Amino acid sequence: MASVTYDHVVKRYTADVTVVKDFNVDIKDKEFMVLVGPSGCGKSTALRMLAGLEAITEGKILIGDRVVNNVAAKDRDIAMVFQSYALYPHMSVYDNMAFPLQMAHMKKSEIDKRVRNASRILGLDNFLKRKPRALSGGQRQRVALGRAIVRSPKVFLLDEPLSNLDAKLRGQTRVELQKLHRDLQTTFIYVTHDQVEAMTMGDRIAIMNAGILQQVGTPGEIYDHPANLFVAGFIGTPTMNFIPANVTNGSAKASGFEVKLPKALPAGSKGTLGFRPEAVTDRTTDGGTTLDMKVDVVERLGSDQYLYGSVGGDQLTARVDPRMAVAPGDRVRLGLDTRGLHFFDGESEQALL
Amino acid sequence: MDFGVLLTDLPTLVVVILGVPALIGAYIVGSEFLVRRLSDKRRPQVRPWFWVGPALFLVAAYLLLPAIGTVFQSFENNNGNFIGLGNYESQFANFPTGGAWVAIRNNVFFWLIFYTLFTLAFGLILAVLFDRVLYENIVKSLIFMPMAISSVALGVIWNFMYQYQSPGESQLGTMNALVTFVLHHDPVSWLQDQWPTPTFNILNNLALIGAATWGITGFALVILSAALKGIPADLLEAARVDGAGELTIFRRVIFPLMMPTIVVVGTTLVIFALKAFDVVYVMTAGNYGTDVLAYRMYNQLYTAGNSGGASAVAIILLIAVVPVLIFNLRQFRAVEARR
Repeated sequence: MASVTYDHVVKRYTADVTVVKDFNVDIKDKEFMVLVGPSGCGKSTALRMLAGLEAITEGKILIGDRVVNNVAAKDRDIAMVFQSYALYPHMSVYDNMAFPLQMAHMKKSEIDKRVRNASRILGLDNFLKRKPRALSGGQRQRVALGRAIVRSPKVFLLDEPLSNLDAKLRGQTRVELQKLHRDLQTTFIYVTHDQVEAMTMGDRIAIMNAGILQQVGTPGEIYDHPANLFVAGFIGTPTMNFIPANVTNGSAKASGFEVKLPKALPAGSKGTLGFRPEAVTDRTTDGGTTLDMKVDVVERLGSDQYLYGSVGGDQLTARVDPRMAVAPGDRVRLGLDTRGLHFFDGESEQALL
Repeated sequence: MDFGVLLTDLPTLVVVILGVPALIGAYIVGSEFLVRRLSDKRRPQVRPWFWVGPALFLVAAYLLLPAIGTVFQSFENNNGNFIGLGNYESQFANFPTGGAWVAIRNNVFFWLIFYTLFTLAFGLILAVLFDRVLYENIVKSLIFMPMAISSVALGVIWNFMYQYQSPGESQLGTMNALVTFVLHHDPVSWLQDQWPTPTFNILNNLALIGAATWGITGFALVILSAALKGIPADLLEAARVDGAGELTIFRRVIFPLMMPTIVVVGTTLVIFALKAFDVVYVMTAGNYGTDVLAYRMYNQLYTAGNSGGASAVAIILLIAVVPVLIFNLRQFRAVEARR
């Protein structure tokens, strides 16, 4: 159990290849922190620097109060679950889980107690004598988790642990990991490229892109108040609508509509208006903004209905009542809820609203 | 056979150029024609035999039959008369210095143990160390280089390395230069000195084995290095995070995962050790108690003119090699099956 601090951390391979740039995050004790971003954004490198598998070029990483820059991986008292699981193929499930405890020179009876306890929690009791190759993907994943939890480490690192599971198992394991986090009362740092995993599991989320930390916050904060265009587009499915717009006289003017902004922005600003599909509904209000949409595609999901179409010269997505009768080619009048409105500066792409 | 006849006798040349491919073609077409007439069920059972048939024929004609002939010859004297186990009796006579005993001891004891162990140990250590070196491929090529040298040249090179000049004179051999200059010891006659005793002369045998090891380490290195590369990097990273030091990782993760390959390389080296010939032939000609079975076979046949004795030695060698060969093939298949 410990906090983790990234203090101005930089990872540079060569003079012009920098994969992590000035990375600063404080991860609290017992927190479930998710590092999320597209592939190649530096999230795994950030995690591997914490694990001690990559050297830190600049800055400091602290586990608790201790700077670990020059501490070897084996002495950092962390556990890691790898994407490939990295089980030792020549050892049985039992020995795989006992290995880190043997490395810590623990007594045999204590090792046995801990391994049996972990295998009971993970439902691996009947597989202890098997070799990893005789297990299914989901079982291997559990062994990898078991190998990590037996040690009661200070920090628990997970590098895309669900990406090799099928969709159903992934959903189940997501829930189980959250339970595990609650039971173990340990700091979890979880790396993923899947924003659904990030939103559902994290106490807080750190979003990275191109080596730069974009925003840190709770899932709610990030969803409702994205700090910039990248975060707004990365979180949420279907993605947020982005409409080029100019600000004149307290309202934003797009090609097909004009909307009054809830907060004054300097007149003449150019940028991107952003709103999520659920802000565009079939409920129109008097005096509210209405959009005249030409529907191209209708997607019915049962609980929701998404309309993809154009307003003026811009493409956008709306989430409407599933009972609304609409067909491709129709023109519909939709209401825009201005409470969920964002405006991103044209140059800096930072959120102004 | 005088192949020059083919140039003067044109019809024969034409037959060779056209006839051989025609015969092969006819064999393929003919056997396919026969196979097609079989039922759907029998066809896949029979067809492979037609295709391996020529290879089986060649192995039988050039390997199996001569081997059987050698077995018969080992029971005959030089006039072709059956003498039972007489040849074997003389090879196994006068333990421990008579007959083939010195050669058997050198092969089965010194060469088999030290040649195999040295080569495996050097190959493994170098493979693991080079894995962490920046210019790995260049360094590996350097170690592999002796494999490109003819083993006769290798023997000559190492003869220079082991050269001996009387004490007080300047030493031309690298080894004795080191011994006199660094250790301030009298020069050692590496190849002739039967140290510690003539019945257990480990020194000059090790000198030969050292030269042969130098020549073969590249082979072990390349195969073991490939096996090492086959171990996923994240296994080693997982072990590091699990709290294992680099030596523990080698002992508990790398070594066990390389074991199947080590066994295959090891048994291959055992076969090489049992068949050792060239280094001994060039460097000592089997003198000073450094004889080996393959060289003794050569000597019996060409120097002593004793074809029966040579055949008996050949069969002794064959009996020693075959079990290792079978084990090696099985192990190799097991490694392949695990991929």
